[in-house]
Amino acid sequence: MLARLHAINAEHGYLPAEALRQAADELHVPLSQIYGAASFYAAFSFEPRGRHTVQVCQGTACYIRGGDKILDKLESALGVRPGGTTPDRRFTLETVYCVGSCSMAPVVRVDGDTYGRLKPERVERILKRYD
Amino acid sequence: MKIRTRSDLESLRKAGLASLYPPRPRINVGMATCGRAAGAGAVFDALREEADRLGLEAAIVPVGCLGYCQQEPLVDVALPGRGRVLYSHVTPDQARALLRSLADGVLPEEGALARMRVEGEAESESLPYLDELPFYARQHKIVLRNCGLLDPMSIEEYVARGGYAPLARALLDLTPDEVVDEVLRSGLRGRGGAGFPTGRKWRICRDAPGEPKYVICNGDEGDPGAYMDRTVLESDPFSVIEGLTIAGYGVGAHQGYIYVRDEYPLAVERVTQATARAEELGLLGDDILGSGFDFHIAIVRGAGAFVCGEETALIASIEGGAGEPRPKPPFPAVSGLWGQPTVINNVKTLATVPVIIGKGAEKYAAIGTEGNAGTVVFSLVGKVANTGLVEVPLGLTLREMIEGIGGGGLDGRRVKAVQTGGPSGGCLPAEQFHLPITYESLTAAGSIMGSGGMVVMDEETCMVDVARYFLGFTMAESCGKCTPCRDGTRHMYEILTRIVEGQGTPEDLDDLEEVAHWVKEASLCGLGQTAPNPVLSTLRYFRAEYEAHVQEKRCPAGVCRALIRLVIHADRCTGCGLCKRECPVGAISGEPKQPHVIDQTVCIHCRICHDVCPVDAIEITGRR
Repeated sequence: MLARLHAINAEHGYLPAEALRQAADELHVPLSQIYGAASFYAAFSFEPRGRHTVQVCQGTACYIRGGDKILDKLESALGVRPGGTTPDRRFTLETVYCVGSCSMAPVVRVDGDTYGRLKPERVERILKRYD
Repeated sequence: MKIRTRSDLESLRKAGLASLYPPRPRINVGMATCGRAAGAGAVFDALREEADRLGLEAAIVPVGCLGYCQQEPLVDVALPGRGRVLYSHVTPDQARALLRSLADGVLPEEGALARMRVEGEAESESLPYLDELPFYARQHKIVLRNCGLLDPMSIEEYVARGGYAPLARALLDLTPDEVVDEVLRSGLRGRGGAGFPTGRKWRICRDAPGEPKYVICNGDEGDPGAYMDRTVLESDPFSVIEGLTIAGYGVGAHQGYIYVRDEYPLAVERVTQATARAEELGLLGDDILGSGFDFHIAIVRGAGAFVCGEETALIASIEGGAGEPRPKPPFPAVSGLWGQPTVINNVKTLATVPVIIGKGAEKYAAIGTEGNAGTVVFSLVGKVANTGLVEVPLGLTLREMIEGIGGGGLDGRRVKAVQTGGPSGGCLPAEQFHLPITYESLTAAGSIMGSGGMVVMDEETCMVDVARYFLGFTMAESCGKCTPCRDGTRHMYEILTRIVEGQGTPEDLDDLEEVAHWVKEASLCGLGQTAPNPVLSTLRYFRAEYEAHVQEKRCPAGVCRALIRLVIHADRCTGCGLCKRECPVGAISGEPKQPHVIDQTVCIHCRICHDVCPVDAIEITGRR
């Protein structure tokens, strides 16, 4: 089931209700069971998301090396809180607990690109690379 | 081609040696997630382009992580006949210059960190050897033996560095019972953190009634501040695959699973490709090496739930539902996946297994100390001079680790505490740094070994804020199944929030301690049982910091936002405008070259202005 949810997520960028209903039919499980699993995991969203996902690492190393300041800067640059998507659907801002690049703390990941040893001053320049 | 016999394996080994030590320059670029975050991708591209431009024949290879992440991007260059040198903090321009030197037959010393040992070749006298640097001198690499030294996707290179000879020994020379006994005698304990003897777990599962049996690799490394398992999966996936295959043979399982955390896309990709490659060569599948033993591996990608690192929750997740834990016993070794006997081992435990089978239990047991055999891998991070991945014999002291290998505090500041075990562990103060790193000594001191996160903290880290940080984490990740954990973590978090906001009372400290004990005693699984550790250990060693917050309403570290103020000293401010530009809420005003001021009604106390000020004109008040 997890693999199926990942596949839907990869195709749409989120889990549309229609796709979940179809998955329930094909896997012969109640929709409630699919919803239960999907809502349990942080990787899935029921809402459409931005074209780019900005993940601000709040793992321990990032947190004590100033990850909170990076988040402040991103919140003001994007005008949304974590979990939010900009009105133009360009970015979704998220916090994650550790992307496993602790030696590079603090770290931000935009889509697949990881930016390490970040300073708040660099944040806006990084966002400019994604449209 | 299928590998059916030992002599097939030998031809694979020869192909690997030819690729590891070619008669032309070989350039290894550290391209694990951390190296890429430091810019290794651009360095790699620059090397390729410049080699093409110069027409230089060179093997330019993306490798995993050597562990010295502080020095990334790292480039390791072997020039046949001239030795082998490791360069640090390499930029694309330096990479191009390096290739021009190589084209002239010179291995330059500029930008070099150390030289690597190469047999029988003339080498430079002025550079230290890598294993002589303080960061490496006390290390003993077993789990990390191949990381950063081979192409993670090349099974040939893995075999050339000793891989798959252990599997051949297990399948062709040993019975399953002998394999289990060998692991038992080695003294290896679970490196996921709990430290249960691996051989005993295998024995229980082997002897448990029920077919089929399963073996699972737990790569759901969720502790924030830890990335050992990611590195091994990215840098040396075959060591984990071989370890899991040996576990399957020992236990009597024909199906294995590798469960990898969703936040690690590169690890998922590499371990998937490596599994496919092993299948292609017949080192996974039916009748491996003609032994009659069949073994298959499936990769399962997690979906972002910390509790799935707990073994019963992980099993529920593989079965397809929400990853909620269940009470133990029965333990998975008796009743696990689909109710069948199942062994779950951590990535590092399994990566160690081939070494034990290859070199023998006695050799492994001789490393470390009594009852704590072997080596342990830590991600040494936080406010420490040398960050990176280190592997040391058990029994080394915390001081040797933090001051010796880590080189002490960041920017020369005094180290105040070290945190091990992530949200399940505790904070130990500098006065406890004489302690040896063993499962028992860390537990007695109020922390745990954990799976290997080691976060160093200094005078600018607030211990109350750290405790609140961890409780915020466990509260969010609590699956909600049992009340003590679901409500208890929230209760503790709320008390801690009151304290950091300056609303705490002395009674709050007693309440906090009481709730902590209650959650520890009554929770269903390891998540809840250990969630109070960050609170209890900071209360035990840093009570004065709690009291300063509660009684004097001040944060000695200058971190807690409600208790500090930022003030610009007009006599020092040069009016450069940097703080004004960087303030995320526009709280700073001032004309160019005139002293600036902070509007206290707008300021969110984030301290960015304090960090960017080039003349130290901005003071954090309310600390002392």
